[in-house]
Amino acid sequence: MTGRVPRQTVFRHRAFVRLTHWVNTAAFGALLVSGVAILLALPRLFWGETGANDAPAALVLPLPVNLEQTGWGRNLHFLAAWILVLNGGLYLLVSLVGGHLRRNLLPDRDQLAPGHLAREIADHARLRPPEGREALRYNALQKLAYLAVILGLFPLMVLTGLTMSPGVTAAFPELFTLFGGRQSARTLHFVFASLLVLFLLVHVGQVFVGGAVNLTRSMITGRLAVPSESPASRETPDA
Amino acid sequence: MRDLSRRRLLTGSGALLGAGLVSGCDAPALSHLATPYDWSNGLTFAVQRWLLRHQPLVREFDHSRISTVFPTINTTDPDDPAYKRSKGVEFADWKLPVTGLVERPGAFSLTELKAMPSRTQVTLHSCEQGWSAIGEWTGVPLAHLLAHVGLKPQARFIVIRSVDGWWDSYDLFDALHPQTILAYGMNGGDLPVKHGAPLRLRVERQLGYKSLKYIAAIEAAERVDGYGKGRGSMVAELGFPWYAGI
Repeated sequence: MTGRVPRQTVFRHRAFVRLTHWVNTAAFGALLVSGVAILLALPRLFWGETGANDAPAALVLPLPVNLEQTGWGRNLHFLAAWILVLNGGLYLLVSLVGGHLRRNLLPDRDQLAPGHLAREIADHARLRPPEGREALRYNALQKLAYLAVILGLFPLMVLTGLTMSPGVTAAFPELFTLFGGRQSARTLHFVFASLLVLFLLVHVGQVFVGGAVNLTRSMITGRLAVPSESPASRETPDA
Repeated sequence: MRDLSRRRLLTGSGALLGAGLVSGCDAPALSHLATPYDWSNGLTFAVQRWLLRHQPLVREFDHSRISTVFPTINTTDPDDPAYKRSKGVEFADWKLPVTGLVERPGAFSLTELKAMPSRTQVTLHSCEQGWSAIGEWTGVPLAHLLAHVGLKPQARFIVIRSVDGWWDSYDLFDALHPQTILAYGMNGGDLPVKHGAPLRLRVERQLGYKSLKYIAAIEAAERVDGYGKGRGSMVAELGFPWYAGI
């Protein structure tokens, strides 16, 4: 980034968004690693209430069986889960009350026009990042992805996880009905986790497309250098 | 049976229910907060105790749902010489000592336990390894046996030992729950050796590792910090939380 003409910087991310983002990043990383450790005790997925090594599986994952990782895996998983739930709950509360969700995450009216959406899809396909004023708000596809993760995948991860808890389900047996049984919940927990990993890969990929240093710094300090609208400064190879 | 359990719940563990979580601090889940894991596991325990404060029953299934595959882990046929001898005579000489803070300590034969009021329940067994299976269990509610020997008012925990050296403890909140039974029957027959014959515990609101097999002795205690390394169970010394509600 050095040697460039200094660009205009703007305040892009509020402190609570930055803080909860990185706490969530750490918790999610710990949950992912420990989740795989737990999964290795039985890398098979089932549908319904029951499932075991000698029972017919819906899917056998190509992973080695390892029964020695369950202890630390479970301890770390539930420590990180508590952090994720408390951090996520705080984020949702502040976002709803403070207007972050409505202002920054719900697509603006103009973003939902078919022409705008078509252009966004074309820009994404060509890995062309937003420039100028458009870089000061999330694009519509980005907003929809964030909303799906925040309001969909993470709550579903927590609920399918809790459906595997004999204590929680003793209090709320409705969870079994909701997800079709304990093993179904375990399978869905894996599916939703995989979708979150897919989101993470695209999310990090987009950070590199949009300028890794600038975007990462903006999520740490809050300040974003506004990408110039001049085609000459474009970093994509085809420009 | 339900009334007896409820009466014991109201008298024996009145302090626990009345004072709520504060008196639960004696529990191994909250008495040893050294690492971050102790805190998160303790938080899980406290929240689940609150969620379960009205002592709901877990789901019970129809017989048709009983699993054909029910895995067994850890000990599946104890090496202990006395156990082998007992097994040879179909546990006719087997006795269960019930000691500690009870009015009338005693030792009960399998025949005596089977003569007590029984409960049969078809429930989902969930293992920390990830598998789950449905089985039918028949046995005497632990609450009945404890009422029979007369639990002293200062008793707060039930320590259970297994013939293979495994041991665990339960506070009265779980020990007196109507579905906490000492099972001698499984799926309509005698409890098989691989599933813990002649007697195993069923603690339905926790993971399988709390449902001890091959029960050898039961003891009522006021505190459990003097047992083993003071963590309340043998698995807690191996890194698995004393409370296994998740």
